[in-house]
Parts: sequence; C-alpha cells; structure tokens
Amino acid sequence: MKIGLPSIPSTLRGAGPRHVLPSIRTPAITAITANRRLASSLSQRPNSKYVQFPGAVKSAFTNTLSFEQPESHEAMPTYRIVDQNGHVVDPSFKPDLSHEEVIKLYRDMLLVSIMDIIMFDSQRQGRISFYMVSAGEEAVTVGSSSALSKEDVIFCQYREQGVFAQRGFTPKDFMSQLFANKNDPGKGRNMPVHYGSKELNIHTISSPLATQIPHASGAAYALKMQHLHSPSTVPPRVAVVYFGEGAASEGDFHAALNIAATRSCPVIFICRNNGYSISTPVLEQYRGDGIASRGVGYGIETVRVDGNDLWAIREATKRARAMALQDGGRPVLIEALTYRIGHHSTSDDSFAYRARVEVDEWKRRDNPISRLRKWMEAAGVWDEAKEKEAREEIRRTLLKAFQEAEREKKPPIRAMFEDVYEKVTPDIEREIAQLRDLLERYPDEYDVSDFEGGKDSLK
Amino acid sequence: MTKSHILRPLMRATAIRAAAPVPLSGLSIPTTSRLTRPLAPLTSTFSQQRYSTHPPNAKLNLPIDYSTTPLLAQTSQSALHNPELPASVRDQPTKRMNLFQAVNDALSIALAEDESVLLFGEDVAFGGVFRCSMKLAETYGGDRVFNTPLSEQGIMGFAIGAAAEGMRPVAEIQFADYVFPAFDQMVNEAAKFRYRDGACGRHVGGLTVRMPCGAVGHGALYHSQSPEALFTHIPGWRVVMPRSPLQAKGLLLAAIRSNDPVVFMEPKVLYRAAVEQVPVAAYELPLSKAEVIKEGTDLTIVSYGQPLYLCLNAIKQAEQDLGISVELVDLRTIYPWDRETIFKSVQKTGRCIVVHESMVNAGVGAEIAAAIQEDPETFVRMEAPVLRLAGWSIPTPLLFEKFNIPDVARIYDGIKKALKY
Repeated sequence: MKIGLPSIPSTLRGAGPRHVLPSIRTPAITAITANRRLASSLSQRPNSKYVQFPGAVKSAFTNTLSFEQPESHEAMPTYRIVDQNGHVVDPSFKPDLSHEEVIKLYRDMLLVSIMDIIMFDSQRQGRISFYMVSAGEEAVTVGSSSALSKEDVIFCQYREQGVFAQRGFTPKDFMSQLFANKNDPGKGRNMPVHYGSKELNIHTISSPLATQIPHASGAAYALKMQHLHSPSTVPPRVAVVYFGEGAASEGDFHAALNIAATRSCPVIFICRNNGYSISTPVLEQYRGDGIASRGVGYGIETVRVDGNDLWAIREATKRARAMALQDGGRPVLIEALTYRIGHHSTSDDSFAYRARVEVDEWKRRDNPISRLRKWMEAAGVWDEAKEKEAREEIRRTLLKAFQEAEREKKPPIRAMFEDVYEKVTPDIEREIAQLRDLLERYPDEYDVSDFEGGKDSLK
Repeated sequence: MTKSHILRPLMRATAIRAAAPVPLSGLSIPTTSRLTRPLAPLTSTFSQQRYSTHPPNAKLNLPIDYSTTPLLAQTSQSALHNPELPASVRDQPTKRMNLFQAVNDALSIALAEDESVLLFGEDVAFGGVFRCSMKLAETYGGDRVFNTPLSEQGIMGFAIGAAAEGMRPVAEIQFADYVFPAFDQMVNEAAKFRYRDGACGRHVGGLTVRMPCGAVGHGALYHSQSPEALFTHIPGWRVVMPRSPLQAKGLLLAAIRSNDPVVFMEPKVLYRAAVEQVPVAAYELPLSKAEVIKEGTDLTIVSYGQPLYLCLNAIKQAEQDLGISVELVDLRTIYPWDRETIFKSVQKTGRCIVVHESMVNAGVGAEIAAAIQEDPETFVRMEAPVLRLAGWSIPTPLLFEKFNIPDVARIYDGIKKALKY
C-alpha cells in the first residue's frame, strides 16, 4: 500500500494498525484502500516461518547472515543436440524435418555466408556504403526462425540476415536494400543491412541498440489481445526479438523483460551472445553468468543453448514458442552462445583487439555451417559434390541480383520528404518547393539523374 | 526514479479532495494536506504565504478567477456555441467538468468506441495520481487499463511495439519531468517508425503519450517542467497542449484517433481549477489549428495552456489603461503549428508577443519569432520586434517560482514595451 501515513501521532501508536488507521483517514481514502486491500493485501501470520512482506512472499526467515555468492552457482548449462563432429548427443532427439527441409535451412545458412563475402568485398570497393557480416551466427538465426510460425512477429538487431533468408527474403530483396534502390521498401532512407519486411512480419531494423526489445514486449501484448478479441480469426502468435549480449546492457533490456513478465506477454527473447560488442569482450560487459542468469531474476523461464547447433536452437525455440503461448502467455529467454567470426562491421578491424589465431580456430574447429554439414553427411543426405554445386548456384544467384540491383534507379527524391507523418504537412510541402527551386536554379551542382523521375518528383 | 516518494502522496491527497470547492488561485495546490494535518496546526495564513499569497496592493498579479473567466464556458450555451463542434454535438447536453474529468471522459469514450485502445502507465489502474483514469480499469477491464512497472523507457517502448502491431495505446508519463528516460524511444523510434518502414507501411500512429506538465506553485525542479519545445524539434511527433476541459476532451480524442503519434501535455494546475461546461457527446477539435480567442488590432499575443489565463488578465488591464486592443491566439497544437493563423493575425496588428512557461532560449517563442521575421509578407508589416515572455534560463526553483514564470505583471509590462517601441 502506498497510501501510507508517515507520522502517526505517538499517542495513537501501539493500539495496532487496524484500530488506528481508519480513524484518521478521510472517508474517500478508506474506501479506496479497502477495495485495493481485497485484491493484494497480505499480513504476517503469527509464528510463520515465511516472510509475508508483499515484496517477496515465499522467503523463509533465516538466523544466519549470509550473502548469496554468484560463484556458488554453477554456470547455467548449455543445451546441445549435435556436437562439433556432427554426432547426436541427445539420445531423445528425433529430427522433425524432412531431408529436403534440412537442406533448405542449410542453403539459407550458405546464402547468408556467401553474401557476407561478396558484400564485404563490395563495400571495400566502395560499391555500397556499409555492411555487417553474420559469420558464425547463421545457425542461431536460421534455426530459431525455422521453429516459428510465419505469422509470428519478429524484431531484429542487425546481425540476423539468417532470419530474413529463412523467412523468404530473396537475393533481390537483400540487394535492393543494400544498394538503396527504388525497390527498397525503406526508400533509401536507412543504412545498409537495416532490412524490413511487412509480408514476412519482420519489423524494420533500426540502429539504436536494444530499443526493439521493449517493442517486442508491447507487440506481444498486442498479439495476445488481438487473439483474445477474435479467437476464431486471429491465431495465437508470439513476438520474437533478437539482440546481442552487448545490447543486453542497455536499460531497454531491463525494461522489456520486466514488463513482459508483469504483463504476461507471449514473447521470446533471443540473445546472441557472441563474445564481443565491437571491441568490448564480455568480461567488460558483465560479471554475472551471461545473460541467461538474469532471466530467472525477472521471473522468466530461461534456457542457454549452443548457438552453433542448428538442431538445438531450433528445438529450444520450438519449445519456447509453445511455452510462450501457454496459460494466457508468458515470456521466455533463450541465450545462444556463439562466436563472432567476422569483424563487427565494415568500419571495424577486429584484429586490433583480438588475435587472428583465436578467430581462425573458431572458423576451423567449430562453426555452425560445418557442424550441420557433418550431420547431413552422416545422415547420408549431403556430399562434396552437392556442396560444390549448391555454393556455385547460390553465388551465381547472388551476383546476378547484385548486378541488377546496382543498375537500378534510386528512389525518387520526393521520398525523402514523405512518411514523416501520415500526410505531408504544409511545413514539409513548403520545403519540397524550396528544394525544387534550388535544384532548378543550380542544375550543375546536383546530379539527379540516378533518382527516379529526377527533380520532377518534387513537383 | 525517485519522484513519487516526494510529491505523489501530496498530489494524491489533494486530488482525492476534488469535490472540495475549487480554490481561487490556480497557481497552487492547497498545502493543508492530510500529511501535515496531524503534525501541527499550521495556520492558513502561513501556508498561503509560502505559496499563493498575493501582495495586498497588487493590481495585476491577482488570483485567476476561473469561475468567471471567459476562457471557460461558464454556461451550456457558451460551450455549444463553439463553431468547431459538429452540429450533432451542439444539439446535445453539456456537463460541468474540470480538466481531469474531461480527460477521463475522453479516455472513456476512446476505450468504449475502439477495442484497440489501451491505457497504461504508472499507477493508472487505481485512477491515476491525478484522477484522470478513475473507474476506467473497472469499466474496461484490467487487460486494457493497467499499471506498468516504474520505467518510462519501458512504457514508451512497450507502447511503440503495441502501436506497431495495430493497437492504439495511450501511455501516461506521470509527470512531463520524467519523460526523459523515454526520450530515445520517442526520438529515435516512435518519431522515425513510419519513415524508416517506408513502403512496408507500418507505423505507430495509434500512439498517444499523455503527461501532466507545467508549474503548480510548488513543484520545483521535477514537478513543474514543460518540455514541449524539445518535442517540437523531433520530426514525426505532433505536440498538443489544451487550455481548458472542453479543449482537453476534443483535442485528446483527436490525438487518440490521429494516425500520427501525439504528445499530449496536460497543464496539471488546471486539473481541478479549470471547470467548465463540456459537451457530453464525443467530438474532436482540429489538430494543427490555432484559435483566435479574442480579436484585437494593435498587438497579437500568442500562447498556449495555462498562461492564456494570465495573458487575458494582462490584456484586460492594458486595454483599460492604454486604450488599445489586443488579439489573443491559442496555439493549441505546438507542432506542426498553424503558421497561417499566426501570420494573418500579426500582419493585421504588426506586433507580437509570445508567452510560455518554459525557458526562453530555443523555446516555442524562438520558433514563432523566427518564422514571423522570415515570412516576407509578415516581416514588412512588423512595427516592433517580436517579444518573448517566458521562463528565465534556469531550472524551475521551488521558492522562486513566482519570479520565474511569466505572470500578469510581466505580460502587462511586455504589452507596454511592445506598443512603445
């Protein structure tokens, strides 16, 4: 109860709160208090072994002063199904996908990985302004995404090309955004890698870290309400949000998990813990047991998964989705441990802060693509020839899309003024006219030929 | 955040006594609260001296008499006379409401007419610390009207996510002073959501953020701020501040129904003080449209929210003393603002004063003054520099509030200066 009385006159103390409080409350306050008390009030029972303070009702009394030691808890275990050699280590595991379906996921991972190399180089050649690879994290994204329903709503950070690929983003879609041409739904406003898709139910990526995490909680609440309102037409859905372990240090992470728990939101939080936030290693990011240990603190069911194991992440996400939709909805946290094999972005040289040999070892010894490949080979559905053919075919498709996207016109200049509000405001209309006037009077100062419609789009 | 422990119980205690007679002074919340009563028999003179006394010989800085001001519709007839109300509403009855009741009425209508409307924030479920959400949780259910954890960035982020998936969330920030933890979500996310989604077409236009703002007599640093100028520097938001219950209802309904995100700032000093006849039917007042409250020929005063009452008193005295005629314009929507109405008025009068509580530097007055001098047709008609009467360039101090924000004397003096130039 927050309606407290900080200063009860001493003459009245000792008579017991039940006796005193109503007598000095105004009638209005008493009425409100009485109603609220019915819902949430607790009182200390005589000789109880448990604290009945409202803040923690199941806490036992102790007469030993002892601080909880983080070190006394073992690190949360990491779930895996397939080991580094492609061997199944969880005997209860049964693949729930056909061979064709597994191959499709493998090809999605390959697509992302090959696109990484092409686009990283093309940025180096100055053909696009920026790029971020996702090498080492293909299984986390493809595997988790494959366990969701197409109607589930996804929020990404930026290193989740695998989610887009798995959901059906085509090479043309990727390239249109990267080259910011007229087919980019973002209309050339966002930096490269800030993809979004309405049809695939993936929200457009924004650069500020962690802001998308509370969005997912709010979206999950919306999805829950919409299903409650129209159970026959709106299926039960979850919201899913991806973020790195660095982003989890932002206040928005805290806000999002807490509100998701208190409002019982059907949301799956997926943390890609790849060991680095740009140059900052995890030891400078946190001192607890990763991100997973925090989920429990918020009252959220949590699992830690080997992020290089597509089967494990898929299985964990599948289970998480079912749990998130149970009993009116609740949040689930998955921490996927991986290693960021590539540089943070094209603006980063990661060998300035970590040894090349460390990276090479991860690439060689354990990476998600080779692990699934070993599993597929052991299952007899993949071989060297198929691998070669798949890689060549994917590379050809990507290069074709690359060339077409590069040749395409840019969006009309007018697009820079639209979508700030639902309708273009009079202020902005006036500014459109001002820019048009400038371009007309200084035609040699601006090259508008790349833009669809040239300066005429400003009419 | 540590705020609530300071002022919340006081606000709550005073809000609960809403049925008590409305005090004459709009600038103070009575200090003889439940908290002080059992402790010591404070004399009423003592408490009034601290917060709301007016010097015995004052002619200008007198209490605002909300029960007679023409800014409030004192009769049903004057309320329904408003030409901005649709004909269907003008046939319907009115009811006396103060500003928090009008906000409550608008919220109730919005919740009733559209099941995608949600209402949440800190302490909203029991009725809100200012009583704006009274009975709404009981009527519309705890799924639609609920408390959130105490985290402004969480409230805003959650609201954005819900709006992006088609809901119409009305989020409450308990005091405008505490909106800053949510600024990243407002500036980088809500404001740019439609823009960056482009052809995908998703947006957070269903989002409305309500926040009590402005000076209250004793709110000091963190219960007094009016950060509207900061919001006007963010493309993507609409920023609205009503001056009265009738306006609050119509503008809030327009804000909730608008497909752009709206910051809706409620001058908390008016919650109980401003009482007027309000149409009971649902209605909207237009956004981005200023209102000429009083016509005049010699000077234009532009303001919004509570200072309009001070402007009107200053104008009354100045017109009497100086034999002039002043036009008073209520901006209502602070961004995107109604240039046309302001320019038209200033072209007629040739003089302009802008009045607001928040700091003068880079405040709303700066934008209006700059726009006036930038507009060729208005600039050539100017006969005096545009004057800005606003808070000094300091935080809002507890004890010195009456020296900080523009009052009737300052506005009166400003009128004289503008006319003497």
